[in-house]
Amino acid sequence: MNPATLNERAAIDDQQPSITAGTSAPVIELQGLSVRFGKQDILQNLTCSFSGRTIGLLGPNGAGKSTLINTLLGFYEPVSGRARVLGHDIRSETRKIRRLVGYMPENDAFISKMSAVSFVRMMAELSGLPAAAALERAHEALFYVGLGEARYRQLGTYSLGMKQLVKLAQAIAHGPKLLILDEPTNGLDPPARQRMIRLIGEMRDAKELHIVLCSHLLRDVEECCEEVLILNKGRIVHYSNLEEERRANKRFLELEILGGNGDFTAAIERLGCECATIGANRLKMILSDGVQIRDIYRLAGERNIQIRRLNFRRDTLEDIFLKAMEN
Amino acid sequence: MAVYKRTYHVYSGPVTPAWSRFLILYRYSKQNLFRSKLQTAFFVMCFLFPLLCLLAIYLTHNLGFLAKYNLDPTRLFAIDNKFFFAFVATQGWLAFILATFTGPGLVSPDLANGALPLYFCRPFSRTEYVLGKASALVIFLSLITWVPGLVLFAVQASLAGSSWLWTNLWLARSIFLACSIWIAILSLVTMALSAWVRWKIAAAALLLGIFFIGAGFAEAINAVMRTKLGDLINILKLIGTVWLDLFRLGDNLAISVAQAWLGLLVICGVCLALLWRKVRAFEVVK
Repeated sequence: MNPATLNERAAIDDQQPSITAGTSAPVIELQGLSVRFGKQDILQNLTCSFSGRTIGLLGPNGAGKSTLINTLLGFYEPVSGRARVLGHDIRSETRKIRRLVGYMPENDAFISKMSAVSFVRMMAELSGLPAAAALERAHEALFYVGLGEARYRQLGTYSLGMKQLVKLAQAIAHGPKLLILDEPTNGLDPPARQRMIRLIGEMRDAKELHIVLCSHLLRDVEECCEEVLILNKGRIVHYSNLEEERRANKRFLELEILGGNGDFTAAIERLGCECATIGANRLKMILSDGVQIRDIYRLAGERNIQIRRLNFRRDTLEDIFLKAMEN
Repeated sequence: MAVYKRTYHVYSGPVTPAWSRFLILYRYSKQNLFRSKLQTAFFVMCFLFPLLCLLAIYLTHNLGFLAKYNLDPTRLFAIDNKFFFAFVATQGWLAFILATFTGPGLVSPDLANGALPLYFCRPFSRTEYVLGKASALVIFLSLITWVPGLVLFAVQASLAGSSWLWTNLWLARSIFLACSIWIAILSLVTMALSAWVRWKIAAAALLLGIFFIGAGFAEAINAVMRTKLGDLINILKLIGTVWLDLFRLGDNLAISVAQAWLGLLVICGVCLALLWRKVRAFEVVK
């Protein structure tokens, strides 16, 4: 399936058809979820379902990403619709959801006169861990995020990057099953950003928890996430399963050849591939199942044709995002 | 996620009962209180007056001491409602000073740096938060007010005999009630103010302003309008009226006891409404 087909299948128009991804139990399910502040509609009739390990929430500033997260955590009451997190209803089972979730907010969130270890320990205790276990896990979490040496310093003396890491430590100290990260790389310099992305990747690869990453930075989401939901003005404008797209893109090729086309195009089509010629020397094709790249090289070699360039044509997340915004 | 392993793993051990989690905030608030040497010293000083009262009660009943110095027990100290009223009033002022020191530091640091979402994204409600923070203040203020008050009452009852106990049992109830009302007012007002201004020093100044400038403003209203209704905005007068009534000393009160109770209830209601509005993960701007 090529990306265009996939996009068409998953594209969401104003009618907001339901989106279901993956085959395992959904991590987050939204059914017509709407949130309103006063007379302003912030989220409008969101319907979708995610079951991937890492879910990216993308959108420009003010798109409703943080509001969606806060609604899932029970901070805002939806005016209509339903939502479930790890199978629990956000209206009636808020406490159960909060027990399973770790949350790293976007803005500063700390107590300046507390040391990092006391702060993380208190937060772990509030999540239900006994005092001794909370202390142990607070130390572990701070070492894990790279603040082991600074864990006895007061939080008020921390740099912005360190504060971000403490927020991550408090979010994982109680061992949640779903980690919600709201703009985790905000204000970080490139090495610190790299470190944060690496930590998120490690947690994802440990396969012990699901991650929701909310960001307006496409690179962060592209590096970490399997599924992406793009929001704009409180509506879902696009859903994309990046993993599937990456797999699909492996079958979509662009070739630049030298030595005349001859019956090269016809030979490729005989293998069952769709092929189109652009000018004299450029070809686009979709590899059919069972056809490998070496088959293309073999056909070219038999006809004395040089393949000068071969690209997997792939929509980047930026392409997807820009298309979604245009639509 | 062990330190040496540096990998993430889900916690699968036992969890504490949900009802007990507000006490976690009490524990951490207690640590903050005793971090300051000045506050610790003041807290210890608050027990001096109860010790003096205890000594007075003991000496009043020590016949050997009275005989030695040829003292008349009826002229020395009368351990009655006036004695306990004086005790509650003195300790009440000390409680006010302690609350001014400690109260604003309970909530404002959480609000100043946006820590509230971290509390409420856990299985921990706003009610539990307010209860946990207030419990620190309530427990400390109780330790210097009604707890020593009831200890003094028990000592006096044990020395004076059962007839005194049964005649004056209402005093125990008055000590407890008078202190409890004062503690509730102090806790709610300090917490509400610190939630509102989000700055510890400003909250402490505002607390003093509400109690003292409010009292001055009330007196000004009384003088200009030639009325006594200005006392309804004077918290000190309201609590004083209730205390005098509880200790059966209220013969000539400026405002009625019912008005004083109503005034205190309104203050509690306003503080609770303020807390409910301010203590939330995120403020909704409509």
